[in-house]
Amino acid sequence: MAKLPLEGVRVVALPVVFAGPFATMLLADLGAEVILVESIHHFPTITRGYMPKPPQFLVPTTGATFGGSGGIQTYVDHWAGDRPWDRFVMFHALGRNKLSCCIDLTRPEGVEVFKRLIKVSDIFFESNAADTMEKLNLTYDVLKEVNPAIIYLSMPGLGCSGPHKYCTVFGAQLQALAGHTWLTRYPDLDYTTTQSLIFHSDAASGATAAFAILCALRYRKRTGKGQFIDLAQLESVIPHLGEAIMDYTMNGRVQEPLGNRHPFMAPHGVYRCLGEDKWVAISVSSEEEWQRLCRALGTPPWSKEERFSTPLNRLENQDEMDKYIEEWTCRHDNYEVMYILQKEGIAAGPVLDQRDAFHNAQLASRGFFEVVSHREAGTHLYPGMLWKMGSTPLSIRKPPPCLGEHNDYVFKEVLGMSSDEIAELEKKKLIGGDEYIMESIF
Amino acid sequence: MLEQALSGVKVLDLTWHIAGPYCTKLLADYGADVIKVERPGEGDPTRAMGPFFKDDPHPEKSGLFLHLNTNKKGITLNLKSATGKKILKQLVADSDILVESFRPHVMPSLGLDYQALEKVNPRLVMVSVSSFGQTGPYRDFKASEIVEYAMGGEMYSTGTAGREPLKLGGNVIQYQAGTVAAVATMGALYAAEDQGTGQHVDISIMETQAGSADRRIMYILSYIMAGVITTRWPPPREAVRMLIMPQGVYPCKDGFVNTLSLPQWWSRYIEALGMPELKDDPRFQNIYSAEAGMEFDAIWYSWLADHDKQELFDIFLKSKIASAPVNSPEDLLKYTQLKAREYFVEVDHPETGKVTYPGAPFKMSETSWKIRQPAPLLGQHNEEIYCRLLGYTREELMKLREGGII
Repeated sequence: MAKLPLEGVRVVALPVVFAGPFATMLLADLGAEVILVESIHHFPTITRGYMPKPPQFLVPTTGATFGGSGGIQTYVDHWAGDRPWDRFVMFHALGRNKLSCCIDLTRPEGVEVFKRLIKVSDIFFESNAADTMEKLNLTYDVLKEVNPAIIYLSMPGLGCSGPHKYCTVFGAQLQALAGHTWLTRYPDLDYTTTQSLIFHSDAASGATAAFAILCALRYRKRTGKGQFIDLAQLESVIPHLGEAIMDYTMNGRVQEPLGNRHPFMAPHGVYRCLGEDKWVAISVSSEEEWQRLCRALGTPPWSKEERFSTPLNRLENQDEMDKYIEEWTCRHDNYEVMYILQKEGIAAGPVLDQRDAFHNAQLASRGFFEVVSHREAGTHLYPGMLWKMGSTPLSIRKPPPCLGEHNDYVFKEVLGMSSDEIAELEKKKLIGGDEYIMESIF
Repeated sequence: MLEQALSGVKVLDLTWHIAGPYCTKLLADYGADVIKVERPGEGDPTRAMGPFFKDDPHPEKSGLFLHLNTNKKGITLNLKSATGKKILKQLVADSDILVESFRPHVMPSLGLDYQALEKVNPRLVMVSVSSFGQTGPYRDFKASEIVEYAMGGEMYSTGTAGREPLKLGGNVIQYQAGTVAAVATMGALYAAEDQGTGQHVDISIMETQAGSADRRIMYILSYIMAGVITTRWPPPREAVRMLIMPQGVYPCKDGFVNTLSLPQWWSRYIEALGMPELKDDPRFQNIYSAEAGMEFDAIWYSWLADHDKQELFDIFLKSKIASAPVNSPEDLLKYTQLKAREYFVEVDHPETGKVTYPGAPFKMSETSWKIRQPAPLLGQHNEEIYCRLLGYTREELMKLREGGII
């Protein structure tokens, strides 16, 4: 049986929020030993919760109670419990296959322990604000003295140089800066009334960062050399908007948002279906598909009208055409529409809410969800691997780690410390895991 | 000396549209030798997709194609012909990686599935990128950007309450699938170089969405672990909010800004607004008050109306508030930070001359990202690949051309 691709590669990581945890999850899925170095003194906001011990009134009970982003502020069973940081769903979503140890990096003894860990690792990965590593005095220049072959990746929002290096940005701001907010809007509403809480840059920069690490690993394998990777999250998402950039640089055109429509496909959109808040997405890419769509709809009289007779006419008369199509979709379940249209070879699929996605037949048949048992959260199915590999099948091998769960493994087995040494570190509160030692922000 | 991280990696690229080509672009831009195989005649369908240089719909002037295919060598080959298949296998024998993005039935129907290609090259990493994956009941379903976002992605909660779910702008789902595919490809390459293990990697665009960070994976797990359904939300003015500080997109003098607040940042807002008196204002002593939020909004909106978006960005930068202008593509091209980092690059191409392209998605200290050559003209490297690499003679090449093979 082949080893996992990255078996034997050790990653020390200080990832926060979405992008960094996503990147390190992809590396962990590939078999790397990803050790999160966490702190019991500093609470990483939005990573293990919004606060260490949230009052129950801030724990959302339904998606609609909390900024529309209930899904990223949830605790298992709506109950924060004694160790809320181990029950925060977002951490669970991106924490699989990783290990956690705690080291206080603000004290010299903690830094010494950390450097010992760097010495026996291949990669250091961090996704904090650009000044964090500088403040801790753990920059690349410092760590490469400890381990010259280390691969060190930093991924602040705007990069490790330039006048806005220290700018505080999250996904929402990166989305705005990149021009993606600009392109994502209902054509009949403005930016303040179009609400979009999905920020593509986190997904884009997270996956790009994992790719960057793999490039550097290959280079190191061939040359023995480590290196520094400066990944500006903004710069990694801009290529994903290539068409809009090129239209501007080639033609001086500032593309305007199209909502659910397409520059040349019509019909193209989301249509209401039978049921509460049920929708189906449909796109028609050719004349032949249009004919088949009309057939699937029973060749209604309107479909033969002159104004819908050519792709250009359909593009120009979309509003009217969409009303007719919606009259039809409204009478059908959204999955039903999918099956009817797919049979005709037309791209159509339901807008799946989270429940429908969880129960989806395609994801189920491919074994996308995997069973995971977690000490503090119980047993659930979790979203699993992003791809399938024939010879080195990937899976959720370990549940998301509890805070400091692997202190013993890291300090004893990886660093070879004695029980006395570890007890001493614990006594000094340099390591831990049962409690955050900090002033509450309340 | 290895110049680039992926120097020496040989990639055979049978992909088209966006997802697959973005995967191989990442590999090519970091040094891999990528041979892009297109069908004779029309080539990659993105050649027929805009935006076009100077709005001239010409197969060598598609901005989308030019962007996605930098650093690749281009050949044409008819995979339906017996000779075409034979040639492809010759190329496979000399490749580390093959990436394809046909619908799942295509490669097997051509007799070019993994089982067949593995015999030619046991160490081959074959990566298949498809809408729903190589297996399952939807295997042969058709999809598109909007359908993939609807089914795999978090479209359900994208957009405004009371309105239909909203697609993200552009084709970002395809690009994301391509980026994830590049990670998977590199993982498989690492195994192949390390252990001599070839394999087939099966990438479903639906799964790259369902498992990606923002925010599908969290929202699905929130449903599983707490029954939470996350739906579309009203805009800032109408939403019940948690903090008195603003969250979301707000109008300013010449456009819009996007602001995000954390509970501990109240003092930063006071500083940014230059209103230290708010600190002791009895209305604003509880930052978790929605009512106080309404009061604060009045101050906030009128303050924003006095400033333009770049000016606001500077103020927010100083106060360390996470806020940024809603940039247009034009603003982005002019953004000082990107200029200072020399992000955008100029690429010279025979049909368009010099055009500015998006640059490196990350900078490596030891090895470079660079444009060695622009996207290939259709069949530009036929002679180089077929004659110099595979040893065909000019005459044979002519015959292949006449036979419609290339």
